[in-house]
Amino acid sequence: MPNITVNGSAVEVEEGSTILAAAQKLGVRIPTLCHLEDVSAAASCRVCVVDVEGVDHPVPACSTPVREGMAVTTDSPRAEACRRTALELVLADHGLDSTNYCFSCKKNGACELQDVCRELGVTGSSFEVERRREPVLDANPFLSYDPNLCIRCQRCVGACNAAARNHTLVAGKRGTRTTIEAPFGEGWRATDCESCGNCAQACPTGALTEKRRASYRSWETERVRTTCPHCGVGCQLDLVVKDGRIVDAEAADGPSNRGLLCVKGRSASFDFVGAPDRLTTPLVRNPATGKLEPAAWDEALDLVARRFAELRDEHGGEALAAFACSRSTNEDIYLFQKMARAAFHTNNVDCCARV
Amino acid sequence: MAALSIAPKSKDDARIARQLNRHARRVEATPPGVCPLVAQLSLLRDGAAQTCGKCVPCRDGLPQLVALLERVAACEACEDDVARLRALAEMVRDTADCAIGYEAAEALLAGMDEFSAEYESHLLHGACRAGVGQSVPCETLCPAHVNAPAYIALVAEGDYAGAVNMVRKDNPFPTACALVCEHPCEERCRRLLVDAPVNIRGIKKYAVDQAPADTVPPAPRSVDTARTVAVIGGGPSGLTCAYFCALMGHRVTVFEAREQLGGMLRYGIPSYRFPRERLDEDIRGILGSGTITVRCGERIGAEELRDIVGTYHAVYVAVGAQAGKRLDIEGMDAAGVMSAVEMLGRIGDGDYPDFAGKKVVVVGGGNVAMDCARTSVRAGADEVSVVYRRRKEDMTALPAEVESAVAEGVEMVTLEAPVAIEADEAGRCAALVTQPQMIGAVRGGRPAPVPADKPQRRIEADVVLVAVGQDVECAPFEELGLSAARGRLDADEGLRAVWAAGDGEEAGVAVACGVAPAPAALRNVFVGGDCQTGPATAIRAIAAGKVAARNIDEFLGYHHKLRCEVRVPDPRPNDRAPKGRVEVAERPARERKRDFAGVELEMTREEVLQECGRCLRCDCFGPGSLEGGRVHYA
Repeated sequence: MPNITVNGSAVEVEEGSTILAAAQKLGVRIPTLCHLEDVSAAASCRVCVVDVEGVDHPVPACSTPVREGMAVTTDSPRAEACRRTALELVLADHGLDSTNYCFSCKKNGACELQDVCRELGVTGSSFEVERRREPVLDANPFLSYDPNLCIRCQRCVGACNAAARNHTLVAGKRGTRTTIEAPFGEGWRATDCESCGNCAQACPTGALTEKRRASYRSWETERVRTTCPHCGVGCQLDLVVKDGRIVDAEAADGPSNRGLLCVKGRSASFDFVGAPDRLTTPLVRNPATGKLEPAAWDEALDLVARRFAELRDEHGGEALAAFACSRSTNEDIYLFQKMARAAFHTNNVDCCARV
Repeated sequence: MAALSIAPKSKDDARIARQLNRHARRVEATPPGVCPLVAQLSLLRDGAAQTCGKCVPCRDGLPQLVALLERVAACEACEDDVARLRALAEMVRDTADCAIGYEAAEALLAGMDEFSAEYESHLLHGACRAGVGQSVPCETLCPAHVNAPAYIALVAEGDYAGAVNMVRKDNPFPTACALVCEHPCEERCRRLLVDAPVNIRGIKKYAVDQAPADTVPPAPRSVDTARTVAVIGGGPSGLTCAYFCALMGHRVTVFEAREQLGGMLRYGIPSYRFPRERLDEDIRGILGSGTITVRCGERIGAEELRDIVGTYHAVYVAVGAQAGKRLDIEGMDAAGVMSAVEMLGRIGDGDYPDFAGKKVVVVGGGNVAMDCARTSVRAGADEVSVVYRRRKEDMTALPAEVESAVAEGVEMVTLEAPVAIEADEAGRCAALVTQPQMIGAVRGGRPAPVPADKPQRRIEADVVLVAVGQDVECAPFEELGLSAARGRLDADEGLRAVWAAGDGEEAGVAVACGVAPAPAALRNVFVGGDCQTGPATAIRAIAAGKVAARNIDEFLGYHHKLRCEVRVPDPRPNDRAPKGRVEVAERPARERKRDFAGVELEMTREEVLQECGRCLRCDCFGPGSLEGGRVHYA
């Protein structure tokens, strides 16, 4: 295992580790922009450059493997100047007014470009700033792509190809200009895109976004970790909650999903929570009017328990069946079938969790 | 009158020359996959920058053309813009005073025709055509897409066996390609930007010299599939297909008409370039990969072919181009006249000619002509001449081959076209009569020779070796129903054989299958290598064998992934200091021309380390780390 020093502090890291990983192990911050662990290793932005003793030019920390005895300096004036210049170039490409200023952008406050510019004190660009206004692709119901905000870091390409393995979103060419071919324009239905949104989660700017981001600002929300209520994979996700309402879902780094989600987990796992036609109290049918009327929980549960017990005693457990909702968690369903077998005396149990 | 000065008029001309050398190298190293419009734009900008500023078409027209072409390249132009581009270019071409202007416009117009599909894509689809986009130069330009940066890094680490298996991932002939490959991988090597291309072939040679291929076990093969594959032709293409099919677990039978395996590697390339024992190392490595049955000495005629097509699950036809082309001149039947393939073929089985005291004339200008000439020198000939109807610089042989032949005493007799062969009364060849030529206008990209107003010439010759190309023996395959065009067997891009029209009984398919003709998609015959492309290089034949193996696997309903099990070493930062390129040295000409032993010497460890250190690791830096930046499919 190679031993190296970062800003004079010694650390031992695994063979094949990058300088970035070594610095993280030591708790030394190196800013990054295009790098996304396990998703994209394009090493294109140069925001993470550091100096290495004996190498006559700064190297990107995210892609340079450590070697025994390496002496890394993360805060040399040269490396910091390179970072700032790189950011100014990225900013010139991104534009300073591509969405009627940052505050109109869906990602305002959650934009990594904004964050890293603030961190490095870059407030503008000394280069000629891009002023093009290309059409936004937003025919897809969940996702949109604003090429004007794209910095072509290709994190989305890594997310769609290397991580999600969908191989739908690719980088394209217009002469020398690299573009992102996001399949969200007219004709999106004809593409293989599943609208999983992993590209949007990977995007550091407001170029590739989930449309529902328009309804909240990051700083207005809190996150609640949960398990996706759909299939049995058990993806971990963070529900984004604003004023007590769930407004979005983000993939969390769970053991089975590693920061990825499918379209259902990301876009179809929570809207029903706040649906206006959702039942919020038990309803008991009034035998006189034949109508369902709101009831208290104790009242409703007592009624159900009594009637089920009567049916069981009169006709035997086989007369009853238990059918659980697919939105329930494994633990709930376990308890449910336990109740069916122990209390109802029936083995007729099922659950529709096959979606 | 002012005093004269010996100082150059422009003080910077000499220094500009150094800049221009860099410019030329940059153009030469243009990465594969660059948009053709961008390449054109770059050429056009050079033209605009060179204008002297006198004439309007060039001075003002070229910058306008640049602006218009920039818009087209950026997919921001409409059809009107392209029409204006063409009209203005035609005006500049027709009215510019000097070549700086009219040649720039002519080049643009030629490119607009050549790349019309790319223009259309930029206009209509707002993007480059599929396939435009950069990838690792060496790996992309190698027809078999061998991962060169990886094996170079492995050689640098001293893992020669790893390097051999890294080559084998895509090409089971590491030794053949180490010794005789024309190394298209080096053509656009990015190192050329700094100094010169990395000597990739030389590095591979060092690897197989340290770890002979037959001492390195190939990657583990997949489980037996009980599917049978017949390979017709035991040359580089057939054996490559056999190797990969065997690794996939299929049972392969190789049918070879000659006594031994190797094809043109044995029966076409002389041993001084590729010693036989080194070829055997590759072949032993291939045969050790799985279930491969070899049936040498079995020439496959139409009858046998039918049986094979009906018996085996899949068939790969890779019979090469074995018939020497004849010259259509008088006296070809004289004793002492033979084709290059005939002589080199006999040598393949150890039957060396004795040319002691004889004058040998070789007709042709390709690598095979050089092989014949240098073989004749070694066979003791008194005088050896190569007669070629164009100039030395037009020869299709590698310049290094020509140079080596000259060093061994071969005379290059250029601009002489054979007219007749003169025989003595015993019917023995006495001389080659030639008509002197003059180099003329460029036709099809090459200057063409025209008869010169000079008398015919008589070149004394006891032996005339004709090396003017090879033909494919298509007959038995055409009889089966395969289609052939321009003397080659026809196949689609995936090397599925194309069948002649008329799929009935007469096409032979029904007979072969014993049932009604199968639909095209179910036909089990694949064709590749020289018999499909016409005579080409070993590496192209190898690439075809690999493609055939992969597509046969899919045809049989599998989707095997082959393992490599060699870890690619991490890159070191680029060494940017310009250095000379280490070349593979040869034995002194006066010594090597006396025997058939290999001519190339070994690099030293010190030399190979410096050479490996020049590799810029384009697999890790630049587009190599992007999605789509690599070209490999093993």
